[in-house]
Amino acid sequence: MSEPIVWLTIFVLSVFVGIEVISKVSSTLHTPLMSGANAIHGVILLGAILVTGSTDSTGALAVGLVAIVLATVNMVGGFVVTDRMLQMFGTRRPRPDTSAQPNTSAQPNTSARPTTNAQPATNTQSGARP
Amino acid sequence: MTPTWAQIAYLVAAVCFILALKGLSSPKTARTGNLIGAVGAVLACVTVFFAVDLDHEVPMLAAIAVGSVAGVVGAQRVQMTQMPQLVALFNGVGGGAAALVALLELHEVVALSGFGDVPKFDLAAIAFTILVGSVSFAGSLVTFAKLQELMTTRPVLFPGLPVAFGGSLLAGIGLSVLLVVDPSLWVGVVLALLGLALGVLLVLPVGGADVPIVISLLNAFTGLTVAAGGYVLGNTLLLVAGTLVGAAGTLLTKLMATAMGRSVLNILFGALKGGSTLGAGEASDRPVRSAGPEDIAILLGYASRVIVIPGYGLAVAQAQHTLRELVDVLGEKGISVEYAIHPVAGRMPGHMNVLLAEAQVPYEQLKEMDDINGEFKQTDVVLVVGANDVVNPAAKTTPGAPIYGMPILNADEARQIVFMKRSMRPGFAGIENELLFDPKTTLLFGDAKETMGKLLAAVKAI
Repeated sequence: MSEPIVWLTIFVLSVFVGIEVISKVSSTLHTPLMSGANAIHGVILLGAILVTGSTDSTGALAVGLVAIVLATVNMVGGFVVTDRMLQMFGTRRPRPDTSAQPNTSAQPNTSARPTTNAQPATNTQSGARP
Repeated sequence: MTPTWAQIAYLVAAVCFILALKGLSSPKTARTGNLIGAVGAVLACVTVFFAVDLDHEVPMLAAIAVGSVAGVVGAQRVQMTQMPQLVALFNGVGGGAAALVALLELHEVVALSGFGDVPKFDLAAIAFTILVGSVSFAGSLVTFAKLQELMTTRPVLFPGLPVAFGGSLLAGIGLSVLLVVDPSLWVGVVLALLGLALGVLLVLPVGGADVPIVISLLNAFTGLTVAAGGYVLGNTLLLVAGTLVGAAGTLLTKLMATAMGRSVLNILFGALKGGSTLGAGEASDRPVRSAGPEDIAILLGYASRVIVIPGYGLAVAQAQHTLRELVDVLGEKGISVEYAIHPVAGRMPGHMNVLLAEAQVPYEQLKEMDDINGEFKQTDVVLVVGANDVVNPAAKTTPGAPIYGMPILNADEARQIVFMKRSMRPGFAGIENELLFDPKTTLLFGDAKETMGKLLAAVKAI
């Protein structure tokens, strides 16, 4: 490139943006963060497309196609798996479900929700032993 | 030359990536952020096809289809417990792709070299991408093998390892210089092979518990190679996105190392000094106190305050749903129950939060280490399920231990400690836990899921 200083400027500013943005992430989300950042560097796919699309040697084409497959796995897989993780964090919303069924024992998973939501607030004060 | 509209599209995509990372600062905005990032990626890919006059479009689209299917299938099939392996794998293929792109670029540069000089800085960036991309690829695959337990999770050492590593590193730097001075394709290929060897040598001596930090570091490496590749190709989006990931990954690596009370260099090369040979990884036969589910149920049922410390063993046994049910039942009895989450609980930082989120444990019950560590003194019972190293007092008391200096959850300060364990085998770090032999400690042996079910039934019966 003709203007290395322009590129250096972009590079240095991006470093600061990267650090600034990440320093606010809570440790709760470190795993999705790693996988999300991982997905972002999958944009090397663009590079793979650019070099593969401009080559005229068969060998280079083959190598380029391999690079495209690898980069796509990185990018698509990364975004999908991050979404899968974050989706679970999203389902935490308290449901306004007021079905009067205090006994949660029968249903193992989803239907036990109403009681769990009510717990944290009341629990902390009641030191009463049963 | 890239048309202006395409440059603007790249800028928009870069902003999308920044927003994606920014969204992750809160669980509420995280999912939207990730979707914005994905939109940015799609925009960038569509742009490149329209902006540049490309050959071989059909095979390239076919390759993208193949990669997409593989990525989606992998991402959908993976269990949450296997997440660290998958992240390592995805990171590795990204690094591999970057190295291949740089090799192709070198191929082109060499073919055109009769028509004028190539800027030396471009060649340096190509050399960097080939070398570091290969390191990332091979290192990530070894990481994957360790986490998937295809090979031992303990540090692998052999006598010549430091020499081999140092030699390969010097050779890598030497070849990079040669590539800049006198570019040829074969130097690039040898450099790539050397990078693969370096990646393997880098990760082999790292012990199981430290592997997640290495994933994060290699993630940062791949980011930087993508940035260098962007410079070579004259593509701003690659430069910005790669640098973002590089900076973020480096910072994250440092944060994690701090959470474990270690320096990054110590994690990478600690085993070479022979410091962490402690721990036989075998079961101990010292006497411990154990009890049945009924006894533990009474202990829990008559407590007023309980803290649960979940570990990876819980998730492996898929007992997190039963655990949540147990906590709910205790809550109904008026007992205050909270989860204490160590920053590196599970197989990577934040992994336990993901696993408990999967079991729909309410967010508010999860307490981070610094918030809850002062409260163990007022706690009647601590229930440690499938965790070990994160409550091991050796981190405070035994300077030679591999986990020495790692902040731990102060479970030893509680009035009673209950360990749910499958056997007496030590944790991921491979060292014995003195807390197991503490007079306040009771062990409940058995498969976490089965035993948890029995415990739940017993608590309900009270």
